[in-house]
Amino acid sequence: MSSDTIDVRYVAKLARIALTDEEVDKFGAQLGDLLAHVNALAELDTSLVPATAQVVESRNVERDDVVIPGLDREVVLSQAPQRQGAFFRVPRIIAE
Amino acid sequence: MALENDPIERSAADIARDVNAGTISASEVVEGTLAHVDAVDARVGAYLTILHDAARERAANVDARVRSGERLPLAGVPLAVKDNMCLTATRTTCGSRILEHWIAPYTATAVARMLEAGCVPIGKTNLDEFAMGSSCENSALGITRNPYDLSRVPGGSSGGSAAAVAAREAAIGLGSDTGGSIREPGAFCNLIGFKPTYGRISRYGLIAFASSLDQIGPLTRTVEDAALAYDAMAGHDPMDATSIDRPVEPAAASLRRDLHGLRIGLVREFDTEKLGPDVDKAYDRAYAELKALGADLVEVSLPTADYGLATYYLIAPAECSSNLSRFDGVRYGLRVDADDVQAMYERTRAAGFGSEVKRRILIGTHALSSGYYDAYYVRAQKARTLIARDFETAFASCDLIACPAASSPAFAFNAKSDPYSMYMMDYYTIPMSLAGLPALSVPCGWVTPAGGVEPMPLGLQLCAPLFAEPLLLGAAHAYERATMHAVKHLPLVVSGARA
Amino acid sequence: MTVSYEAVIGIECHVELKTATKMFCGCPNEFGGEPNTKVCPVCLGMPGALPVPNRVAIEHMIRAGLAFGAEIPAFSKFDRKNYFYPDMPKDYQISQYDMPLTLGGTVKYWLEDGTMKTCRLTRIHLEEDTGKSSHAGSGDGRIAGSAYSLVDFNRAGVPLMECVSEPEIHSAVEAVAYLEALRLTLLQLGVSDVKMEEGSLRCDANVSIRLHGAAELGTKTEIKNMNSFRSVHRAIESEIARQTALLESGGRIVQETRGWDEVRGETHSMRSKEQAHDYRYFPDPDLVPMEPLAGAVERVTASIPELPWRRFERFTAEYGINPKQATQLVATGALATYFDRVVELTKRPQQVTNFVLGDLSRLANESGVPIAQSKVLPEALAELIALLEAKTINSKIAKDLLERMWAEGGSPASLVDSLGLAQTSDVGVIEKFVDDAIAANPKVVADYRAGKSNVAGFLVGQIMKASSGKADPALVKDLLLKKLA
Repeated sequence: MSSDTIDVRYVAKLARIALTDEEVDKFGAQLGDLLAHVNALAELDTSLVPATAQVVESRNVERDDVVIPGLDREVVLSQAPQRQGAFFRVPRIIAE
Repeated sequence: MALENDPIERSAADIARDVNAGTISASEVVEGTLAHVDAVDARVGAYLTILHDAARERAANVDARVRSGERLPLAGVPLAVKDNMCLTATRTTCGSRILEHWIAPYTATAVARMLEAGCVPIGKTNLDEFAMGSSCENSALGITRNPYDLSRVPGGSSGGSAAAVAAREAAIGLGSDTGGSIREPGAFCNLIGFKPTYGRISRYGLIAFASSLDQIGPLTRTVEDAALAYDAMAGHDPMDATSIDRPVEPAAASLRRDLHGLRIGLVREFDTEKLGPDVDKAYDRAYAELKALGADLVEVSLPTADYGLATYYLIAPAECSSNLSRFDGVRYGLRVDADDVQAMYERTRAAGFGSEVKRRILIGTHALSSGYYDAYYVRAQKARTLIARDFETAFASCDLIACPAASSPAFAFNAKSDPYSMYMMDYYTIPMSLAGLPALSVPCGWVTPAGGVEPMPLGLQLCAPLFAEPLLLGAAHAYERATMHAVKHLPLVVSGARA
Repeated sequence: MTVSYEAVIGIECHVELKTATKMFCGCPNEFGGEPNTKVCPVCLGMPGALPVPNRVAIEHMIRAGLAFGAEIPAFSKFDRKNYFYPDMPKDYQISQYDMPLTLGGTVKYWLEDGTMKTCRLTRIHLEEDTGKSSHAGSGDGRIAGSAYSLVDFNRAGVPLMECVSEPEIHSAVEAVAYLEALRLTLLQLGVSDVKMEEGSLRCDANVSIRLHGAAELGTKTEIKNMNSFRSVHRAIESEIARQTALLESGGRIVQETRGWDEVRGETHSMRSKEQAHDYRYFPDPDLVPMEPLAGAVERVTASIPELPWRRFERFTAEYGINPKQATQLVATGALATYFDRVVELTKRPQQVTNFVLGDLSRLANESGVPIAQSKVLPEALAELIALLEAKTINSKIAKDLLERMWAEGGSPASLVDSLGLAQTSDVGVIEKFVDDAIAANPKVVADYRAGKSNVAGFLVGQIMKASSGKADPALVKDLLLKKLA
């Protein structure tokens, strides 16, 4: 099992959450504690056990290809933090 | 009971019967309820939004339907909706700054079915932010107090709905349960807190915390009301691919008077001695009451249940880390502006989420990240398989399992400052969630916690095999009627307000 | 050049599936439209909304997989690919990671000279498309230097097939031929419109070079922003040249994403934001697994038409049609079927080819009606060819008849009868026309006899005209030359 440390800065970057240095320390300690607890799972022999992603046993749940009315554009855009005309507006996307 | 004839005291079943019979109108019920809410909710804090106008409009609509000859199973029943379920044109916040002003453009299937059955929505109730917590203290938008002792928490995450029903501010509360979020507040607030089989009630319109675990269910003052609510909501929904397409056996028709012929399993590994002598004794008495009602008590073993918490705190955060990505300041909700979009995301999410939500997103992101996925996420999924198998084995020798619904009675505010001690509250409810099983908590006695002055309720958790809701509710009904634990104390906020 | 390099190319295509609705919701799947009008809680990633897969999209995947001879695994699932981007509503994309709907398979394609080639597929998987961002504030619509972006979610959630090839393509020409075969196949299967100009086909190329005969692959670059087959060709050529020049000057190839600049005609580095992408794939807990049932797979198999590459092979090998014409004939399934039917009736593939790609194509272009949907039924064209073969009519009359058939339909044989167009081979009648022509054109006759043999053509024309085109041209010429001699 993995060690009890967590690279909080890396994970926060992936999760797009800005953290202060204090938060990095606080969360680092708390999540380290939690990882120490969850590491108890290493005691279980799961080598021959299948993973459960979903408890429901349904398969092939599909929908007919039929149009259903959607939302009115004004309703949709009324919730936008920033809109421009018929569009959602966002700050510049840094070239990747 | 002194307040038996007061509409706010009556069960959903009684209200629906009277409204259908025309002896009282839905509008009268709702006016009475709104007046009571206006009088007490400042102290309880159950609601984040009170829907005066919508409630009156809906009540008039129910009255019109009844007048036109319709008979509605929940006619005129005041409903409290946890604020992580969408109700169209209504603010739906999840108890979070990030959604504080979001107006839902559609209605959750479960809510729509309750309304169709005749319920009247009184308001949207407080919760731990995004349903992550066990005390309601993680809400960014308000404090909810336990109606039985205002210095104590109502439980969580469905604490607002629990407090609302306990304080008679609604007859039925809708909650969602991911690891115990209906059952624990049910226990803390002297209610039936019922989580059906995973997939039985549509999740469409329930704002996801952990998709493979989330399940909607009712909080009620009687088992019969829980059964009526279940009957109204259960069943396949084509909008939810995980909703189960299989006929629903109505539960309200299966309520029973005794437990003869039922084998009830007590879990060998669930030692209640560590819960303290008073609580331990209370559970011993509860098990004795089950036996007195005719049940055969048998010992069963859930050897991997002890790993439930560790399993849950990998799977639920992993799913939540992905589910909550959409709160990004682009299409709705809070935005904290910045020069570029990445900085906008980071600031928006830093300002919009509280600490517990951040902790879970971080741990979940870690569990899914490159190099850790197999060690954490996959291993937890395998442990989940083992836990579900334990239950299968146990149910080979019993019909129901009985155990505590929470690790303690309602505790005081700020008593659990360490996250892990809060997580421990759900020690007894998480294994059932991982296995997708139906389970409920039913009031089973009272204890006065150390440092407290008021007697606080305890909840007995009953758990049944998949899809055995009628059996589960039937047995709980027999226990409730025989013991009458729930009616031994009235919430202070009600007796005080009505005195 | 002292050493020679071999290019190794893999192509990744994103193909929007042709369905009435989006992948996971009931919003219409249509190109264009007013921004943010084809949206609902699901495709906008609203809180609480849940995805439900589109049955037809899944069938399209199976159809495409089977057409390429792929394996359709008994178990498949959807996974979430997690990354933040403004035009991706949920900030994760529902995709397929380790258990796609189809595995393996082969695309057969051909070059201009008719050489058949194959390229194996790694996999085809199903996912959802993103919305569209347009970048504003910089003047040129590019992301670099833009001040802000505007997002339209109409495209968000459109079903998208990602088709990944093995690195088995070795030139820009092959890459385009591969894409063309893939495009034709998907089009004829009915699973996509495959229009590059509307973005329903988008492709990236992984390009590397190595010394001829080397076993190991060189470092590859991924080329993006190619928006036509022509730009695919140019971009790959340019990238091969760049890599070759770099290696020859002692440089090293850096593994990176490069964008194709259509105006400058070169690729340029697109710096990667995250050092390593950490997409945190995991099974989507909102969806249940797919287990394509044998019966369903069989049904789909039965509905698969003959594929373009197989037709091409048959037309060239069995019918002896040249590769260029065969390519034109297989360009649409309906045309190839039409052609096949006429050949079946006439057993004259080259003559049918000439009609189909000649006069009929011209008429189709002029009128905008595809040949296979025109009033000239295959049986009628076969009849016309038979009349020609039997010398009942000559080619000039055939041409006129075809015009008439195109406009009015009908059987050429009955038209010949009713209009009296049958060719005249009566020597007596034709002799009269010949004598008349000789008598009426003494100067021409004199010229001919003086050695200007090419003026005979003029006289043949006069005779044909006098016979209303019905005289057998061979007989006319024969008689005329005899009389002039």
